[in-house]
Amino acid sequence: MPYHPKPDWHLPETAATPEQLYLNRRQIVAGMGLSALAGPLLASTDVAKLAPLKSRRTIATSEEPTPLDAVTSYNNFYEFGLDKDDPARNAHTLKPSPWTVRVGGLVQKPVTLDVDTWISRLSLEERAYRMRCVEGWSMVIPWVGFPLAGLLKSVEPMSNAKYVRFTTLADPKQMPGVGFPALDWPYREGLRLDEAMNPLTLLAVGLYGRRLPNQNGAPLRLVVPWKYGFKSIKSIVAIDFVERQPLTSWNQSQPSEYGFYSNVNPDVDHPRWSQATERRIGEFRKRPTLPFNGYSAQVSQLYKGMDLKKFY
Amino acid sequence: MANAAVAPRRRLNAPPAWLKPAVHLLVAMPGLFLLAGWAELLFGNPASLRLSAEPVAYTHNALGLMALRTLVATLAVTPIHRLTGYTPIMSLRRMLGLWAFAYAAVHLGFYLWMELDFSLSRLWAEALKKPFILFGMLGLIAMAPLAATSSRAAIRALGGRRWQALHRLAYVAGIAGCIHFILRVKGFQLEPWIYAGLLVVLLGIRLMPSRRRASRAVRQPA
Repeated sequence: MPYHPKPDWHLPETAATPEQLYLNRRQIVAGMGLSALAGPLLASTDVAKLAPLKSRRTIATSEEPTPLDAVTSYNNFYEFGLDKDDPARNAHTLKPSPWTVRVGGLVQKPVTLDVDTWISRLSLEERAYRMRCVEGWSMVIPWVGFPLAGLLKSVEPMSNAKYVRFTTLADPKQMPGVGFPALDWPYREGLRLDEAMNPLTLLAVGLYGRRLPNQNGAPLRLVVPWKYGFKSIKSIVAIDFVERQPLTSWNQSQPSEYGFYSNVNPDVDHPRWSQATERRIGEFRKRPTLPFNGYSAQVSQLYKGMDLKKFY
Repeated sequence: MANAAVAPRRRLNAPPAWLKPAVHLLVAMPGLFLLAGWAELLFGNPASLRLSAEPVAYTHNALGLMALRTLVATLAVTPIHRLTGYTPIMSLRRMLGLWAFAYAAVHLGFYLWMELDFSLSRLWAEALKKPFILFGMLGLIAMAPLAATSSRAAIRALGGRRWQALHRLAYVAGIAGCIHFILRVKGFQLEPWIYAGLLVVLLGIRLMPSRRRASRAVRQPA
């Protein structure tokens, strides 16, 4: 009898994302019309028009993924406006191709990467992660990307590099919101080196099997699933290794409300609202929020001995 | 002859027949849009994005925004009358005020339902802990006696002067509403400050000496 061993990344059929969630019929039809003319795009606010990405599914979840049109129409990306539907409406001005990312700071081998070339050479993974926004809502998103750790190791960080700082593009020509000081631009985020090296930390280049739509942070964004969504910085242009804890945009704007760590924690309330529960997009009743957004097993050892009420 | 002389004067100050229904419809429209959106979500297409991907938050924000907009519109009626001398507009003041109260009350009711499971003790705890909730509650509480005394009978019972003094609470409601909004948003946002600015302008116009007194003052030296 032939024996077919299952690879370690094999997932049962039931865990697979339903096909209709990938593309609804209308989007397929719209996509066909356009791809007949121009082929798949590297930049768009409409996922159906974007180039598909080859990936192997490595992390799935039994939770139902949030429908694609909700993921791409309900965004916080203040560079394109303050309302949730502003990014989907305004981000068409972003030009995520060609795009370069500078990786430097305290490293032996600084590098500037052309994202399109880089994506074509990478072996990509699909990972469905929960995403919990600091505002009290959450989604489940099938990202396509690769672990950040691989990139960080390749540039050979120096021994005094303790933190990683990420910077978003701040181009008023491409980003109308940058003209208004909602935050101190450019948007900056940061991780402790061990957080950045954790296998869960992902650099995403796509979602739902295609390249990232502009409003979701094209062409390259961070995804740190155990932290509030604002830590998962979008449209990255620079990654720097630094010695001291970097200043980050939300922390700078309101330190009492947005800590540097910002781990999802139902026991530490935002001063203006509770973090004990969340509303999953598509549901009406709130559900309890889990410590570290349900990723305790993978990350709680990073914070051993730390007072998480103090380092929120 | 006497009748003919009175009739045009009455017509001059009475609002045109279309004015009130048109304003009712205009103010009701966002509420009707929300109702239609919820009907679609619950009985038609549960994946509808008409009220965004997060219809609960959308509804909550829309109700609060309508309460504030309608309240600012209410407070604009008297200054507009003063500046333009167009008296029929005064007929809109009470209805706009009642709409503002209605939107604010539904805004609170929706919050109580969705976030607090109708627990008044939790509402009390939230108001004490979070300044933005406190200011929101203050705004609504300031509007409640105004809505309760909005009838002609109430004006007669209170007496014009006392009624007018009581209804100055509308400014308290407006200011509390603006602070509630300013404290609620994330980061620095312009929108709540626009309402606060409008409110300051409207209050400023009221503090200006009235037209009749001003013209008398000009006339006196001559």
